[in-house]
Amino acid sequence: MPSTSPGGDAAGLGRLRAALFTAPALLLIVAFLLFPALWTLYLGVTDYRLTGLAAADPSTVGLDNFERALNEDRFTDSLWLTVQFVIGSAVLGQALLGFTIAWLLRERTGVLRRLVEALVLLAWILPSSVVAFLWIALLDRDDGTLNALLGTPGTAWLLEHPMASIIVFNIWRGTAFSMMLYAAALGNVPPSQLETARLAGASTWQQLRDVVLPRIKGHVLTNLLLISLWTFNDFTPFLLTGGGPDNRTEIMPVLLYRTALHGGELGYGAALSVLMLLANLVIALVYVRLLRSRTKEPAA
Amino acid sequence: MNESVTRALTTIARYTALSLLLAFFTLPLLWLAFAPFDRTPTIAASLPRFTLDNFRQLLENPQALRSLRNSALLAAGTGALVVVFSALAAYALSRVRLPGRDALLYVLLLLSSIVTGTAAMVPLFNLAFELGLIDEQLGVILVLGGGLLPSAVFILKDFMDGTPRSYEESARVFGASPLQIVRHVVVPLVRPGLATIAVWSVAQVWGNFLIPFLLLRSPEKSPAAVVMYTFYTEGGQPDLALIATFSLLYSLPVVLMFLFVSSRYGFRFHGGIKS
Repeated sequence: MPSTSPGGDAAGLGRLRAALFTAPALLLIVAFLLFPALWTLYLGVTDYRLTGLAAADPSTVGLDNFERALNEDRFTDSLWLTVQFVIGSAVLGQALLGFTIAWLLRERTGVLRRLVEALVLLAWILPSSVVAFLWIALLDRDDGTLNALLGTPGTAWLLEHPMASIIVFNIWRGTAFSMMLYAAALGNVPPSQLETARLAGASTWQQLRDVVLPRIKGHVLTNLLLISLWTFNDFTPFLLTGGGPDNRTEIMPVLLYRTALHGGELGYGAALSVLMLLANLVIALVYVRLLRSRTKEPAA
Repeated sequence: MNESVTRALTTIARYTALSLLLAFFTLPLLWLAFAPFDRTPTIAASLPRFTLDNFRQLLENPQALRSLRNSALLAAGTGALVVVFSALAAYALSRVRLPGRDALLYVLLLLSSIVTGTAAMVPLFNLAFELGLIDEQLGVILVLGGGLLPSAVFILKDFMDGTPRSYEESARVFGASPLQIVRHVVVPLVRPGLATIAVWSVAQVWGNFLIPFLLLRSPEKSPAAVVMYTFYTEGGQPDLALIATFSLLYSLPVVLMFLFVSSRYGFRFHGGIKS
């Protein structure tokens, strides 16, 4: 087969071999990514359980599982907690803090910048079961470092303010991504424009609003969508609170785990899985549309 | 004068903000830095009365060491799988115009960000159950590999698109077979890309808690992520010396890998899953 396009199939692979080359990866993706997603649509309309009668012979219950979810306080409470968690820790927390750090460090190159970046990144890359314990120790009621510092001995943060605790924890855990993304974005803002605005007497707020924000709008949206998606799918709060006390930190991933795998209600859990997958799909579709519309316009 | 006062205030505000940020990010890490070397580690972070004795105890703890070996096994298995499969697929997709290629790549990437281990834990558990992969490390490797592959293919295809094809062409002129070309010409050319994918997948698996927590039952097969969790949740007084040294040892590889990648290739981040 003579090469059809310059710089095409240089090794003479041919379509058949090319298909064989892609087959192992595709098979694995179909089996462990695509199939589970489709299968859960079916499982979600059954009363499948881990043990008991419905385990041997699950029967179809139609949309009962979804109806049950919408009528159950535990589900709607969990949804509301998830919204708080995503908006509080990702949209407001990580994005704002990440931008603040990138902005404060934008003209620096020295030790201070590297130190701040290293610590923020460290919080991001350490294994989740390690950081979870570090925070349990920090927030401990009797000997916790935080209580010693604030002079509030005996405050059991994870019991008294569980939601606030996991929100602050997740801000600490995930700000690195936003910081790096905004640092890269700020590199695209011409310093001369900021200088001009400053000379014209613009305050920092005005500079941010009129010069910086229009230039990094695409990055802001990308960042918000990705960190929302990740935070929505984050299981780490479970390691800190296990969903407690009294389900007060039972965000969707934790509810899913507790009902399906701990409680054994796989059918109902599969329906919750479907709802989570749908939410992910919506976020991801918005993201892809955004990427497409951005690649169509010549670099704004 | 007014202006210089404003400027001074701005500088003070800026440094105050930076100090507070440093404190916020350092505070939780202090315990990890000090407790492993403390003769009597407590839950509070404090300057240690130095000893290395805790590490000697850790090395005598069979459960801790075994879990690190399990982590290494899972990470190496998944890493090898992801590198080989994604390299083959990325090369074919980069060089041969298969029908529907671009759409396929987009769908795959979309799929991998939607079907996260968290959202799909029920069908993944069921699938492993039906395939007899519950409490099998192979199950964890396949599930994690399936999740990492789309992003790996996407990143590597990008990388391969940017490498010159002239070497492959001349090798072909000299009569090398396509497989020989891939092995002896392409692989050396894209080695940095392969290394990035390897380090990235190993790091993802090393830290992953949820999938082994769902799929493995016996403590002898559990990786460090899960065993670490049992150290502080299973009843009784937690052994702080053990938790401290184990945390440090378990964290060290990801920190080293991160330093390696960022010093060698500069740190770039990509979308995709982070479950």
